[in-house]
This record gives sequence, C-alpha cells and structure tokens, in this order.
Amino acid sequence: MNNSQSDNLIIAGKNFTSRFLLGTGKFPNKQALHEAVTASGSEIITVALRRIDLERHEENILEHIPDNITLLTNTSGARNAKEAVRIARLARESGYSHWIKVEVINDSKYLLPDNAETVKATEALVKEGFTVLPYMYPDLYFARELAAAGAATVMPLASPIGSNRGLKTKEFIEILIHEIDIPIIVDAGLGAPSQAAAVMEMGADAVLINTAVATAKHPANMARAFAQAIAAGRTAFLSGLPAEKADADASSPLTGFLYENPKSEIRRKPEYRI
Amino acid sequence: MNIIINGKTIAINAETTLSSLIQKKCPNPQRVISEVNERIIKRHDWDTHALKDGDQIELITFVGGG
Repeated sequence: MNNSQSDNLIIAGKNFTSRFLLGTGKFPNKQALHEAVTASGSEIITVALRRIDLERHEENILEHIPDNITLLTNTSGARNAKEAVRIARLARESGYSHWIKVEVINDSKYLLPDNAETVKATEALVKEGFTVLPYMYPDLYFARELAAAGAATVMPLASPIGSNRGLKTKEFIEILIHEIDIPIIVDAGLGAPSQAAAVMEMGADAVLINTAVATAKHPANMARAFAQAIAAGRTAFLSGLPAEKADADASSPLTGFLYENPKSEIRRKPEYRI
Repeated sequence: MNIIINGKTIAINAETTLSSLIQKKCPNPQRVISEVNERIIKRHDWDTHALKDGDQIELITFVGGG
C-alpha cells in the first residue's frame, strides 16, 4: 500500500491512499466478503441495488462494509441511460451513496457497456450533482465526451466482466492514459494480481477487482495479493521503468576480464553471453 | 385491497401506510429505498403515504456488485 501523501489517488477532490477498488459481488458468504474488504485496504467499494428478497431475510451487505468507506453504487441492470439515472436516484435516496458507477449494458452474453448511453447517463447525473465514475469500453472519443460531461474518472474495461482474461485492451487503455486528464480506473476482467500490477505499471490510476477476489479459493488472501500487486505496480510506474531493447545489454562492463588476451574468445564469438 | 410489491400481488388492509408495510416486510428498514408507482418516496414521507388499490411498490436495498 502506498501511503505517501504526495501520491494519493484524488477523485472529485477526495483523497485516497489505496488505488484498489473492490467489488462485492459473488462472494461465497458475508464473512468472506468482510475479511476480503479488510485485507484489501480498499477505500472505495462497489455495490448494486436490487429488490429486497421478501421471502428470505438476509443480513444486509452494508453491515459488512465499514462506515468510513466510500460506497460506489453501480447502475447494473440498467439497459439505457434512463434506467441508469433511475437507479442512481435510488442510491442517493438511501443516504449512503451519491457516488455512482454508471454501468449501462444491454447485452447479456459479453456484458459490454453501451458507451453512447453511458455518456447520456453521465451528462444527466453530473447535472443532478452526482459524482459519476462511468464504466466504458476503451474508446478515446467516448472517453473525451465523458470527461467533458464532468465524469470524475473513466473506467475502461480490461476484458469482459467476470472473464478473468486479463488486459486484452492494453493498447487502447494506454491511449486513454496518454490523452485523458481525469483518473483512469481499469475495471473488469482482471484475473490475477500480476495483471493488476501490469495495469498500474502502464500508468493507470487505479483498478477495480471483483470476480478474481470473490471467487478465489481464499478471497481474503487474494485481496491481500492484489493490494500488494497494485502498490508494487504503482511504485514501479513512479520509479521509471526502463525501456525494452532489441539487443542484449550486459549487466557488467565488457572490460576487466580475467583473460590475459584482450582478444578473448568471448569477444571473437559474439554469440557468447556473459 | 391489492398492491403489487416487488412484482408480486398481495392483499393488504385499506389505509395501510407505506411505513407500516415496510416495517412488516423488511427487517432492516433503514437500508430500504422505496418507490411507489415509479416515484421515489422519501423516508420522512413513509408515515403519511397511504397506499391505494393497485399501487406498484418497489422495496430496494443494496446487494453485492462489481
């Protein structure tokens, strides 16, 4: 975890020391969720809204999320901007959350977001005073529209939700990192801590993980691993990763060998490696 | 009279308020958000909101999500 005051993640004027956003779906039980939330160190947690199950009186998920955490309610279930706005207003009415992850999906096979409807929902919700973090397919033009609409961040997907396929949209997220001024939070499809580290090494501002933690054999341990990877990736990014090279570049100088003959075998046979 | 609550039709007494319905159906009323006929009813209005025959009520709460 990076606790440096100077490297806080800043979203809508609010400071966060963790760059790990955690989703709360698919956990095997509430205890596992509670432990994973603690292990993650996450300060922004996503939840959804659904009808109360009036037959089964289950413990509410909010009982397992500390009060000081920023609750980010997604608009999952929304098929268009109008439905996303409705869900967002319900979230705000609860009194617990006016941070909204706009998620507009009308395809159940790939769960890809509808960027156009996402822009419409974002415009409407920003005007109503919500802090909006839209989930999107990484497209530069739509990202610019979302930023212009007042989104607090953009959240481009790495690969389809729940697929654990990793960073399939790498080059397009890189474009967003270079061109978009608001924070970039890579969301969806990251399946392993190494993938989260790679995202952070690229210069993304944060990642959101759900399935890879919730469905791990040991969710809390996996949350801890992700937290470490995200912090490591961020530190690596800030430390200036060296560029790749086509040729080898020896770690030690090619002088001062033990061989007395300066025209050593190693020099005459360039295929040798030190 | 009949109302539709979370998609299911049930019979309730006339003059039932939204508040009494929620108290009866939901163990955790402070986590509940309510719509009647697609309009959000604010918590402080639950006590005075009388339900009518045919009302469609949504009782919503937070669940896990990514």
